[in-house]
Amino acid sequence: MKKLSNFKNNLSKNLQWQNFLPQFFLLLFFCLLIFYFTRNAQINLLARNITSGFDFLSTNSGFDVQFSLIPYDGSFSFGRAYLVGLLNTLLVSFFGIIFASILGFVIGISRLSENLLLSKLSLFYVELFRNLPLILQIFFWYFVVLRNLPSTEKSLILLNFLIVNVQGFYFPKFIFTNFPFVLYGIIFAILTIFLVKYYSNKMFYNTGKYLPVFKLSLVFLILFPLIFSFLGNVGLKFEQAKLIQNFGIFNYVGGVKLVPEFLALLFALSLYTSAFIAENVRAGILSISKGQKEAAKSIGLNNSLSLKLIIIPQALRVIIPPTTNQYLNLVKNSSLAAGIGYPDLTSVFAGTSLSQTGKAIEIIFIVMMTYLSISLFISLILNWYNKKIAFISK
Amino acid sequence: MKIKNLINWSKQNLFSSVFNSLISLFCIYLIIISLPPFIDWAFLSATFEGKLKTDCKTSGACWVFVKVWFEKFMYGFYPVENIWRINLSFLILILSIAASFFVKDKFKIYILFFLIFIFPIIAFILIHGSFGMQIVESREWGGLALTFILAIFGIIFSFPLGVLLALGRRSELPVIKYFSICFIEFWRGIPLITVLFAAAVMFPLLLPADTYVDKTLRIAIGIAIFESAYIAEVVRGGLQSLSKGQYDAAKSLGMGYWKMNIFIILPQAIKTVIPGIANTFIALLKDTPLIVLVGMAEILGMINLAKANPYWLGMAVEGYVFAAAIFWVVSYFLSSYSQKLENKYSTEKK
Repeated sequence: MKKLSNFKNNLSKNLQWQNFLPQFFLLLFFCLLIFYFTRNAQINLLARNITSGFDFLSTNSGFDVQFSLIPYDGSFSFGRAYLVGLLNTLLVSFFGIIFASILGFVIGISRLSENLLLSKLSLFYVELFRNLPLILQIFFWYFVVLRNLPSTEKSLILLNFLIVNVQGFYFPKFIFTNFPFVLYGIIFAILTIFLVKYYSNKMFYNTGKYLPVFKLSLVFLILFPLIFSFLGNVGLKFEQAKLIQNFGIFNYVGGVKLVPEFLALLFALSLYTSAFIAENVRAGILSISKGQKEAAKSIGLNNSLSLKLIIIPQALRVIIPPTTNQYLNLVKNSSLAAGIGYPDLTSVFAGTSLSQTGKAIEIIFIVMMTYLSISLFISLILNWYNKKIAFISK
Repeated sequence: MKIKNLINWSKQNLFSSVFNSLISLFCIYLIIISLPPFIDWAFLSATFEGKLKTDCKTSGACWVFVKVWFEKFMYGFYPVENIWRINLSFLILILSIAASFFVKDKFKIYILFFLIFIFPIIAFILIHGSFGMQIVESREWGGLALTFILAIFGIIFSFPLGVLLALGRRSELPVIKYFSICFIEFWRGIPLITVLFAAAVMFPLLLPADTYVDKTLRIAIGIAIFESAYIAEVVRGGLQSLSKGQYDAAKSLGMGYWKMNIFIILPQAIKTVIPGIANTFIALLKDTPLIVLVGMAEILGMINLAKANPYWLGMAVEGYVFAAAIFWVVSYFLSSYSQKLENKYSTEKK
């Protein structure tokens, strides 16, 4: 009932002319603009003999990409090309977020170190990487560093594990037999961890004593898969990339190959974003007042417990929102791949596919909507998290 | 005495424990393997004099490359005899910003007004040419000048739109409010590069066939609209920080919506968000080199062109280090200045 009267109130308020007119004109202007653009687009497309619509997604693309997670070549459709690009964007974003978080966390802590040399070096790192345009960093990694690596026959081989040359990085492929047993081990370990957690909580309420749950979990996570793979007779073989000479040209075949475009983008994104994350981490830790640490000490918590129960939960409250924003920026910045030809969503779809089909409006629309969905999805998670951790104040 | 101090100091700061000493040694190792080779490359064994690549005989950097291409890196293909026009417009900008430090607060608003409404016109007339000056088409603009032109025009034009959007987002009128929210969230959710692609290839399709909007202008409009969403969020932060009393007081004086916002609310809100606007500008300045991906001849584009020149192959490092040095200096000093402002305002509040 109250809602209804509110609604009526609002409605009558909105119908007053000084409130109604600006809204009406905004809508009118917006509709006219859309109409104007669509009309022009129709005429222009007709003149250029381009049909509009999304049918092109199912036609053959006719172009190849040099790096794809799923099988793809020119005989696949443009829809498939979109998927290839999206997966490549997600791949580089995923690893970029992991590396940027680790690096950012380490550098952020180092910034607060009592060791003057370390904190100044970290400061230098932060100022260096966050003040340079990202596209410049990508160009630098790609054209200066990775393009000047030794040629294939003079590859650097590190620890018999990683092969580095101008074609990219080669890791050995892990080939398991009876792989499911490892998974069973992991599942069993997770179940045990839940049990231990439950038991330790119970013990904490009854006796006030803590079990080192985190350390125990680590042990379980390593031990159980190992035991299970021993029982299940799991075999592991490395398939090293092999040097093959074909018509006088040397080439590595096999293994897991990471192309230099991917690596350049990954390095640049990780370093650039980590500088911002480091500042967030530092601000988060600094935001905790000294009183909190002293209070934790005075109720008898030791160093690690006060970190775990008092400092980190409060610091995370400050660190996570801006860091999520940085993750969002990283995903958006991965579109700079177009500069070096890493086949991400922008360069495969808004670059190659667009020039093949000429369907600028549809393709740009799809690409924008894809990024928008990713952004909205991440902000949705962030909002949910913010609500969850917000101080409950009365 | 001094040496003793130094030893004491390093004992306290660097070698207070085993772990600390290990970290210090690691840091010293990092510095030793990176710093001397870099200094040697960039200065000691670098070549500064000469006109050709063959003049560089030492193992260090060949700054001759940068020297020979300097004008192209800075101004692109802008006609050499007219370069003073670009310089003059940047000089006017720098002088008017510098003037704002020395005049009273009362006159600062006029300088802001000048920068937002009059300076763009003067700069455009100077750079593009008119009134008997030779006309330089925007496709001939390039180099670092183009990067700065687009960044500065982007921020100046995005400002009024951003302020309107910020007001719109806080409006009580639902259509205006949700329109502003959608507009802001849309532009903030997509990467700049898609906006540039849209401006370069999609936008012409949306206009009548006989109208021709210059590519540089299209991109400038794209950047300005994109950036207005970020400015709107910054300004909104300032609006939210004002107490409700300011609105009530203005209303009780009988001011209407626009009068209240223009004379009471916005001046206070904008003052508090100047550091935020500066940060947005720095971010934009670092993003503007992206225009190289839609074929604009800005500084990275010119470097890519120069390093592919058959007489200057293998000079990529020098070019990128040069560009990096410029961007780093500008961005670093702007951001430390904005941080200083932020500290100043935050202490003023307390």
